[in-house]
Amino acid sequence: MTDSSSDKRIEHFEKHTHTEPEFLEKDNQKSKIVLVGNPNVGKSLIFNELSGMNVEVSNYPGTTVEITKGTYLTYEVYDTPGVYGVSSFNDEEKVARDIILHADLIINVVDGVHLERDLFLTQQLIDMGKKIVVLVNFMDEVNKHQIEIDFQRLSHFLGVDVIPITAVDKTGFDRLDEAIVNTREGTQREETHSVLHSMLKMVGSQAEALLILEGDEFVAKKHGVQPGNRRDEIYIERRNRVNYIISQIIRDVSVKKRFSELFSRWTIRPSTGIPIFIFALYIAYLFVGKFVAQDVVNFTEKQIGQALWEPWIRGLVTDIIPSTSWWNTILVGDFGIITMTTTYLFFLLLPLVIAFFTALALMEDSGYLPRLATMVDATLNKIGLNGRAVIPLILGFGCVTSATITTRLLGSEREKTIANALLQFAIPCSAQIAVIAALLAGAGFFPMIVYIVTIFSVLIAIGTILNRVLKGESAPLLLDLPPMRMPRINNVVRKTVFRSYNFMKEAAGWFFVGALGVGIAQITGALTFITKLLTPLTTHWLQLPAEAATAFVMGIVRRDFGAAGLYHLSLTPMQITVALITITLFVPCIASLMVMMKERGLKEGFIVWIGTWIVAFGIGGVVSHIVQ
Amino acid sequence: MKISENERKLKIMHQSKEVHQLTSIKSGQWVRIVSVPHGILKAQFVRLGIHEGERVKCLERLPGGTVVLQKNRQHIAVGNQLAKAILVTISGEKGAHRD
Repeated sequence: MTDSSSDKRIEHFEKHTHTEPEFLEKDNQKSKIVLVGNPNVGKSLIFNELSGMNVEVSNYPGTTVEITKGTYLTYEVYDTPGVYGVSSFNDEEKVARDIILHADLIINVVDGVHLERDLFLTQQLIDMGKKIVVLVNFMDEVNKHQIEIDFQRLSHFLGVDVIPITAVDKTGFDRLDEAIVNTREGTQREETHSVLHSMLKMVGSQAEALLILEGDEFVAKKHGVQPGNRRDEIYIERRNRVNYIISQIIRDVSVKKRFSELFSRWTIRPSTGIPIFIFALYIAYLFVGKFVAQDVVNFTEKQIGQALWEPWIRGLVTDIIPSTSWWNTILVGDFGIITMTTTYLFFLLLPLVIAFFTALALMEDSGYLPRLATMVDATLNKIGLNGRAVIPLILGFGCVTSATITTRLLGSEREKTIANALLQFAIPCSAQIAVIAALLAGAGFFPMIVYIVTIFSVLIAIGTILNRVLKGESAPLLLDLPPMRMPRINNVVRKTVFRSYNFMKEAAGWFFVGALGVGIAQITGALTFITKLLTPLTTHWLQLPAEAATAFVMGIVRRDFGAAGLYHLSLTPMQITVALITITLFVPCIASLMVMMKERGLKEGFIVWIGTWIVAFGIGGVVSHIVQ
Repeated sequence: MKISENERKLKIMHQSKEVHQLTSIKSGQWVRIVSVPHGILKAQFVRLGIHEGERVKCLERLPGGTVVLQKNRQHIAVGNQLAKAILVTISGEKGAHRD
């Protein structure tokens, strides 16, 4: 993002230039307050307190990392992604790093229960020479845990103000103004201070000088100098310093085990963790699959979409364009861009996506997801992934397109390739699951088992093969497990709204393009032609009626669209199973194909796309010949 | 606080009876870290407070080799491959004799 030509150029007195992200340079009159902290320390609650309703949420340029910006008095306030330190190990860190480097003052939020972990970042911010104030959050939990913190001495050691707060009930928020006014540079370790001087001459900023010494290649490149090789040394000194401070200021007298801690261990151990996982899935199914996918969607799609919206808009359009015109068919016909696509997007997909993201946010914010990742880590290792991949894979059951974007958080290229392939081949998205579930429910128990076993086997086979074939090694799991807490409703709502909006923005365009494509194919006769072309494959190899080919062709555009196309055919239970297996394994929808090509490159995207044709018809035919 | 890196390592060598891979440690066992892999992983471990000389508890060792470490109130999951590369010495059964 630093290479963008629209970015503002800055010249240093050492006669070299570099670019700065334009994003951060919008309003130079205002001082920037930046909230910094480890993940799950309650930064956003403080951000909300400061900036109120006036908030701008966006993706940081060039990343999927979400950042929020607001104003407070005469300040601009930025929230940053949670990080354990300032460096460039992943996208979150790079974004946090850029914003921190541009900060005028920093509010560093730390978790009072995990001070030992959090103060590493605090000390690093101090070493960077930033003006900071430290807010120690979760004082309610600190007291419950009977941890005693000597705030005066902590403040003395750090050389900055330290203020205890409980963000959930706003305790201590009356001191926020005072905190902002009193931000200052803290006490640097002597070692840091002296080594900084040499580098300082070359880059002109103490913060960037430190990051270069710590081996940050991005910052070094920006200034055209070699990254330093003293990271281990500086880190260990800093860690020792923090450990020393902790030993001087904390008295932890409690021995009592808390229930949340016990429950946390149950979620990790397979013997108790698997039943808990099944229970969680069942609850999610009741909410997403039963309540929203059936009751809510039935109402929105049938009562609002098909009964109100479609006849109304069809009447309106037909007044202007006669129904005999092919324009009419394209706009408001059976597959019309305005009629069906709008109904589909807003009255079917949107409720599903919102429900799904709500369930996901609840799992995230309760601290359950990292524990699930831990439990399944060893299993996912067998298909070349680590526990983290459980996030895109679960997300895939909601929407493969948005899951494809999150594969970015995986550690290595081979993991991204494997996770993407699994998503595109074998994971049906929620819209498709709704149709599949309805069809399978009609088909009976045995066909359902055949379907599940087949899809699951293909998933394992693809993962195993790719794990063997792809070179290199997958990154191992290293995950800090946040405490299990009750999710905060407004945080869940905020996440859900942001993600749903982003998804709709990214996917909607392609749905319209897809509908247009099918509409044109229908008018020009191309649809009939391709259907005829596929007929031998459909009737002989898959042993399905010839009309099923239409469903597959529509499946190219949208996965569930294909599945829905099977509704009108009269099929035997086993034919339903075969058709559904084929449709599930068949090509991803246009939206996710486009996102995959953007993420993984044209070549990989194309290979996967062709691969789905072969696997879908191959496996579908084999199953058909075995069971019939 | 003022113990240098070498002194620290010497102290560890002196105390160590036997060095194990983290994967061979039972749940509930306390260990002292002898070494962690180098590079970015090391930086991440140091940030989380898990580096040479630290004493931590092996909270869970799952079938398949994933290990959950506990340091004070913090829980950290470590994958099997990584846990194999972490060397530790056994350091008592309980948290009582901390130094």
